[in-house]
Amino acid sequence: MRIVVASGKGGTGKTTIATSLALGLAGDGSAPPPIFVDCDVEAPNAHLFLKPLFEQSQPIGIMIPVVDEALCTHCGKCAEVCAYHAIAVLGQKTLVFPQLCHGCGSCTALCPEKAISERLDPIGVIERGPALEGIDFRRGLLDVGKPMSVPIIRALQKQVTPRPGQTVILDAPPGTSCPVVAAMQGADYLLLVTEPTPFGLHDLRLAAEVARELGIPTGVIVNRDNGPYPDLETFCRSSGLPILLRIPFERAIAEGIAQGKNLVEIQPEYGERFRQMFHQVVRGEKA
Amino acid sequence: MKIVLSVTAPGIEAPIDPRFGRGATLLVVDTDTMQADAHPNPGVNASGGAGVQAAQFAAGQKAEAVISGDFGPNAFDALKAAGVAMYLYGDCQTARQAIERFQAGQLQQVGAPTQSGHHG
Repeated sequence: MRIVVASGKGGTGKTTIATSLALGLAGDGSAPPPIFVDCDVEAPNAHLFLKPLFEQSQPIGIMIPVVDEALCTHCGKCAEVCAYHAIAVLGQKTLVFPQLCHGCGSCTALCPEKAISERLDPIGVIERGPALEGIDFRRGLLDVGKPMSVPIIRALQKQVTPRPGQTVILDAPPGTSCPVVAAMQGADYLLLVTEPTPFGLHDLRLAAEVARELGIPTGVIVNRDNGPYPDLETFCRSSGLPILLRIPFERAIAEGIAQGKNLVEIQPEYGERFRQMFHQVVRGEKA
Repeated sequence: MKIVLSVTAPGIEAPIDPRFGRGATLLVVDTDTMQADAHPNPGVNASGGAGVQAAQFAAGQKAEAVISGDFGPNAFDALKAAGVAMYLYGDCQTARQAIERFQAGQLQQVGAPTQSGHHG
């Protein structure tokens, strides 16, 4: 089973929930420890809580066009087919803008003069290694200054091959744009972490819409719960989103997180609460 | 000669728009006749590459110069490759004013990108 943890709004507790769920499941004993994938490749931080020992590192890149000016007739076909305006014909010159290129290969395939070849443009790495409780930890890391994280998230997704009975937990980036969609793709279940604030609810609505569009069963976790917030309850009820767990707004939790501990370490009963929640989700899936 | 300007509306009296790739309208002005043709900026709603598209438009119009408030790195590289000179509005308010100052040699020419580009 592949579970994605997302939120819309940043800083609601995605990584807190994802890492605590991973530790909860790792403590189950009846199944192999989960695979954990940190998809927040622009600012990964799950390693702070799961403390992996990275043993493997693999460079990731996209193929970008290289124009042979000796063969180019400046016909403009490449510029015409590029959806991202990453290649332009200006008079007697054809220019490539690597930062705009998505590496789709259309220009290379459609150049009538075969004047375009491709080179690998490195954009980041994927790292992997064992973490706490035998968790199989992976993360992507986008190079500073590179604008496109989706190819790294796709590479992470592709390399996840769980053993039978092994759960995969993916920690999504914040927001609802392409990287989040890339992280959500292929999910069996989506956990949306929110906080009882207008901002949290606003972004929860957006994230829930993405989930509906992708057809992923979804549940909500309310973090920093500090009393009733009727708008949130009403939204979840009317959208058919079950609230699976509420984590109270408590100083002891905040202090623990700030020290690099996760919920299961701060309050061990969360291990059981996350396992129960997981089984509820799995049962809901099978029902 | 032909000059392309980024403006907010059609017409030679149009207020300037300092954004080259994202300004609503690109005005093609023939400085000999002061004839001004307005074209919608091709990249105004693009997710990226707006500056490249505006530069391609200017090059396609065989403009010798463009006037705007800002040129990002992609627009700058594209216009430079096309041999189109870049000038800044300074405190000009309208297209007509910018062209008059251009003809009087009072506009600052750009030799490097004036901002670091937009992403995301």
